[in-house]
Amino acid sequence: MNSTLFTNIFRFILLLSVQIIIFNNMNFLGYISPFPYMLFIILYPVNGNKTGLLLASFFLGLIMDVFSNSGGIHTAACIVLAYYRPYLFKFSFGLSYEYQTVKLNDVLTPERFSFILFAVLIHHLVLFVFEAFQISFFWDILIRTVLSTIFTIILCVIIIYLIKPSRR
Amino acid sequence: MQQIFNFIYKNSNRLLFLLLLGISLFLTIQSHSYHRSKIISSANFLSGGVYERINNVSEYLNLKSQNEILAQENAKLKSILFNVKDTTTIPKLDSIKGIHSDIIVSKVIHNSYDSHENYLTLNSGSLQGVKPDMGVINSLGIVGIIDDTSPRYATVISVLNINFRLNAKVKKSNHFGSLGWNGKSTGFVQLTDIPRLAAIRKGDTIVTGGQSVIFPENINIGTVYKVYTDDKTHYYTLDVKLFNDMTNLGHVYIIKSKDREEITNLENKRKNE
Repeated sequence: MNSTLFTNIFRFILLLSVQIIIFNNMNFLGYISPFPYMLFIILYPVNGNKTGLLLASFFLGLIMDVFSNSGGIHTAACIVLAYYRPYLFKFSFGLSYEYQTVKLNDVLTPERFSFILFAVLIHHLVLFVFEAFQISFFWDILIRTVLSTIFTIILCVIIIYLIKPSRR
Repeated sequence: MQQIFNFIYKNSNRLLFLLLLGISLFLTIQSHSYHRSKIISSANFLSGGVYERINNVSEYLNLKSQNEILAQENAKLKSILFNVKDTTTIPKLDSIKGIHSDIIVSKVIHNSYDSHENYLTLNSGSLQGVKPDMGVINSLGIVGIIDDTSPRYATVISVLNINFRLNAKVKKSNHFGSLGWNGKSTGFVQLTDIPRLAAIRKGDTIVTGGQSVIFPENINIGTVYKVYTDDKTHYYTLDVKLFNDMTNLGHVYIIKSKDREEITNLENKRKNE
């Protein structure tokens, strides 16, 4: 129990600092930017404390917002993703996900990939809708969401395999 | 009573979610209004300090281009200085006091240009005399307006922010309009409400207008890139290509207008009567 707590705190700090120092300065074509810091919410233990996840995501988003001057958009995106994460598990892994131990950082199966895809998509959609906050930017929001989602997913998958190479 | 407690206990996660979502929505909505006392901004001790450290490292990567820009500006200033006959007072360099405006030298430590509402962070704050609503320029043209300050840092509303508004005019004919950004390209801003009778051609220079109390008149903004007529208002809208590359900013100057207080006081007096 304690070791998972420390792993999570370590992951929280590491992902956040890498995001702020490196990935916030990455810009393709001026508007495509990756947000792999949300990997913290994806990798949080499946059976972990849900209240803890909600609070952790709140502070994760808040710190991101402080550093990028963006009001509350990262906070909103993070807690929406944290709240709907159990539904995503049900959708991707089937109803009985809580009984089998779902491990995300393992070989990339279609189930795991679909989970990451939808998680990133929800996060980015909320993020860009709140960022624009105007219906007249509809197509802009859609394009940004799709392109940034692709970018983030590629980075997420790379990071997962860099941190935990599958041991056999 | 028991049932209420049961309800709260059973739905504690949902209630917590709604509470946190409410807080974040409040912060989002609050950040979308132009004039605000922002609760969270990067002009605080923590993020300002972190950005300054990061910038200390990343500065080395574009030292060369920054040096070139500064050297060019020095050459220009020297040519002005040598042509002035009376040189008894040599200005001090970190803050220059003028008749209409003082200038504070500062440096950009964080820059964003990938969202609709972009902000910069500078490494000088209220201790150096920076206050909200001061203009920020560099050697090429305008950069933005100070939004919020802390003792050592300040945030700037970039020109590339859809809330940015400024009075600007065509240099050769003095027709003025309102400058803003449509959120699309980082190289271009839009000048709206230019009368149709103005003879405007591609390549004309756009400068700040005399109606702004934030910027002095005649500071460079950009050149006209494209002219088209607005369908609703039948005024011209101009695409203005910025002189500044907003994705690569280094040293900037903060303009402290001395006339500003007098003008706003005068205007408020008229309003109150």
